[in-house]
Amino acid sequence: MNASFWVEALVALLLVLSGVFVLVSALGFTFLRDFFLRMHPPALAYTIATWCVSIAGIVYFSALGDGLAMHHLLIIIMLCVTVPVTTVVLARVALFRRRMAGVANTPPALTPPHGSDSEE
Amino acid sequence: MSPMLNAAIMFAIGCYALASLLVLYRLTIGPRAQDRVFALDLLYIHAMLVMLVIGIRHQSDIYFEAALLIAVFSFVSSSAMAKFILRGEVIE
Repeated sequence: MNASFWVEALVALLLVLSGVFVLVSALGFTFLRDFFLRMHPPALAYTIATWCVSIAGIVYFSALGDGLAMHHLLIIIMLCVTVPVTTVVLARVALFRRRMAGVANTPPALTPPHGSDSEE
Repeated sequence: MSPMLNAAIMFAIGCYALASLLVLYRLTIGPRAQDRVFALDLLYIHAMLVMLVIGIRHQSDIYFEAALLIAVFSFVSSSAMAKFILRGEVIE
């Protein structure tokens, strides 16, 4: 049950990279000043950090067992499908609430407001 | 497991812990509700990454399924909360 040196070096490099990317995304998420700016850094954690850890898992478990262990790819696919939905809904939430609060420089709604027949 | 891989795993988990503390700070002070929902979603992702790294540490496949479950729950809870603060109800 021991992997070779180069496999462990590759896995260690990928894990360190993912830790650094998660830290950078959390720093950006915490210290940027507006919600629409803060939405962007978590994409690092959702994509590159998760890909690094998943590829590290694929490499490590493929080297340990026999054959490819590709099931860590499921996590990448799962996040690729679900994260844009959550992010777009949260962006719409922020825009809607900002419009309701009457903040200046907010773009108007594309669809007419409630009460018209054209909606749905 | 070599000391190099062990040190890398400890470094990664330390980075996740520090990042979770930062995101928790934003969750506490977040000026609007959408900040808090986004911070909660990011905390879910950090928990999922910790699960995957612990799975590598223990050379076990069980943690992978826990990580997949956490990813599913992250999507369900975040989108439900976002839909709730958008329209006032989850399913209309």
